[in-house]
Amino acid sequence: MARMKFLCDAERCIECNGCVTACKNEHEVPWGVNRRRVITLGDGESGEKSISVACMHCTDAPCAAVCPVDCFYTTDDGVVLHDKDLCIGCGYCFYACPFGAPQYPQEEAFGVRGKMDKCTFCAGGPADDNSPAEKEKYGRNRLAEGKLPLCAEMCSTKALIAGDGDMVADIYRERILKRGGRPQTWGWETAYGS
Amino acid sequence: MKDTTTSNTPQALSKRRRMKAMAWSFLFIVLSAMILPTASYLVSGEQAHAQVTNDQNQRANFWRAVREGAPGYSAVSGPEAGVFINNGGQNWRQLRNGMIANYGGWAIIIGLGVIALFFLVRGRIKIDEEASGMSVPRWKTWERVMHWYTAILFVLLTISGLSMLFGRAVLIPLLGAKGFSAWANLSINVHNYVGPFFAIGVFAMLLFWVKNNIPTGTDMAWFAKGGGLFSKAHPSAGKLNGGEKVWFWIVIFVGLVAVCGSGLVLIGWMAQLGFVDSTRGTMQLAHQVHAIASIVWVVVFFGHAYIGTLGTEGALEGMTTGRVSVEWAKQHHDLWYEEVKDQAGIAEDTTSAPAPSTAAS
Repeated sequence: MARMKFLCDAERCIECNGCVTACKNEHEVPWGVNRRRVITLGDGESGEKSISVACMHCTDAPCAAVCPVDCFYTTDDGVVLHDKDLCIGCGYCFYACPFGAPQYPQEEAFGVRGKMDKCTFCAGGPADDNSPAEKEKYGRNRLAEGKLPLCAEMCSTKALIAGDGDMVADIYRERILKRGGRPQTWGWETAYGS
Repeated sequence: MKDTTTSNTPQALSKRRRMKAMAWSFLFIVLSAMILPTASYLVSGEQAHAQVTNDQNQRANFWRAVREGAPGYSAVSGPEAGVFINNGGQNWRQLRNGMIANYGGWAIIIGLGVIALFFLVRGRIKIDEEASGMSVPRWKTWERVMHWYTAILFVLLTISGLSMLFGRAVLIPLLGAKGFSAWANLSINVHNYVGPFFAIGVFAMLLFWVKNNIPTGTDMAWFAKGGGLFSKAHPSAGKLNGGEKVWFWIVIFVGLVAVCGSGLVLIGWMAQLGFVDSTRGTMQLAHQVHAIASIVWVVVFFGHAYIGTLGTEGALEGMTTGRVSVEWAKQHHDLWYEEVKDQAGIAEDTTSAPAPSTAAS
């Protein structure tokens, strides 16, 4: 079984927000809900970097750990999904998530948020594959159609890559080798010195 | 002496020379092994270090700052949309799932256990004197309404709140995922909608009962005697004894300030009023304060509920009918009884008497 992963190559991302638009259009998510977003770090300064972020489908997902109704599950492909029929909109997954992935459709008095919505890696939800119910609640299930997430498919610079972790790693490794230079991973210095 | 004279033979001399040469060679090798590797410092000590700093991986530090939560810009609007990594989440997860859920659960079990044990050892505290049928007014109607309004909401909030914290471990095995989800959905809505009305009740208690709860020297003496909990003695007390005053101040500080205050942060009202921001860090902190203080409050509440019902004969009547028997008043609140004994009467004819006068207030 594949272990699905996203990787955003910050050396390539040009902050076009194509992934955000593709996602919103493909899944017809409501206003105010953004399953994916692009963050520009050091915006306007020399060496600014942009990176696209959504649910990273963690192995030990914090959202799943803190959910009071235990509505999260991990598919065989390593995709973290949740059951909206169980979700009570408490917001705990948003407090715990490192990436700000969980989104809520409402913001009303008395703290009502509505059911949580997040990136599904285009893998739908617990409803039957490609059923109208699944489309309505979770958006398109592209994985069931043998396709990869649309955000990555539509990335104009191929900065955002999605797919089997091994293949994603191979592509990235190849890029790093071609680019040359020193490893640019954070923490490299702490671990290995200069 | 004998050694030196005998060692002057040519053979002995050459052997000694060999030994000496070996020793010096050995020393030379050892010192070289230690010193030579550091010789490069003589050549390029300072320079080499300077080069390392200049050649430092700037990008690594850039991403380290991002890892630590440095915000950027995002075209997507929303609170903290520009923050790539939310660091507080992991701490919050570990505190909630670890310390709060574990110690909190044990605190509740141990609290109930201690009360059960106390009941088994001490039993119900009975009224010593024979009942005369005479009673004195203790709580006015509006005070009782305020008490039971807050008490009922407290119980609703406790059940719904504990369901949210412990339900996944305790109730999902019993109700199933769907059943518990329905229960949790009801719980969170009850909790969110009832909470602010509950806070109003607690705030009213602060306003109207604070005058009864100022600590006095009598309370110190009451505490010195352990409140009569562990002895047959009945230390003197005014309208409220030291224990009741402590409960009142726990309700105010743990309850009103910590629990109700953090609750209003969690449903977003404090942010609406501009007292706090609505970032995840604020919510995580508010949730932790809310959970910890609530458990403290609930455990102390168990004690209050026990003493007010099962633990003390004649105490509950004060809050239900508004009147307590003269014997109970003399036994538990002797100083207060001295103040109100002229109002003593037969319970039958007083059930209707205080009602009209207090309804207006």
